[in-house]
Amino acid sequence: MILARIVGTVVATRKDPRLVSNKLLVARPMDPHGKSEGSYLVAVDTVDAGVGETVLIVSGSSARMASGMKDCPVDAAVVGIVDTVDVAAGD
Amino acid sequence: MQLAKVIGDVVVTCKDDNLTGIKLLVLQPIAADGSHAGRTLVAVDAVGAGVGETVFFVRGKEASFPFYPVEVPADAGIVGIVDHYDVEPM
Repeated sequence: MILARIVGTVVATRKDPRLVSNKLLVARPMDPHGKSEGSYLVAVDTVDAGVGETVLIVSGSSARMASGMKDCPVDAAVVGIVDTVDVAAGD
Repeated sequence: MQLAKVIGDVVVTCKDDNLTGIKLLVLQPIAADGSHAGRTLVAVDAVGAGVGETVFFVRGKEASFPFYPVEVPADAGIVGIVDHYDVEPM
């Protein structure tokens, strides 16, 4: 899984029927210290996350194991809202 | 599977129900010489690892297999704590 910050939302009227009524979010991956890295991605929301929050995103086929995502065409899902990240000194 | 060092932990209160009770750790993948090899990631812990330990982990859907039959939404999972490893000098 990766840590990411939610930076926006996506509105899509025409989409796969299995994506109907799922919230789509734009996320920017970040390292444990909060520094942005990598490119933006769109993830389906399963935990009611919002813009500005730090979240946990699961990618690949595992995203379909998130709550309510069975057999949905997704490869990234927000599965948790991060409270804190503790990193050992020096790492 | 890949070698990594556990460098931290993540606290997540609001999460997928199937992640309840599972420890989430921050990993830094490492090369054989201990140098950093790639981006940090968050993995579920199936073996009771802790910060500072060297572990090996799986990527992909297999990360959830240790928790079978619960379908844990995870794409990286720690499956072993490394005691030591030996690499032939190149």
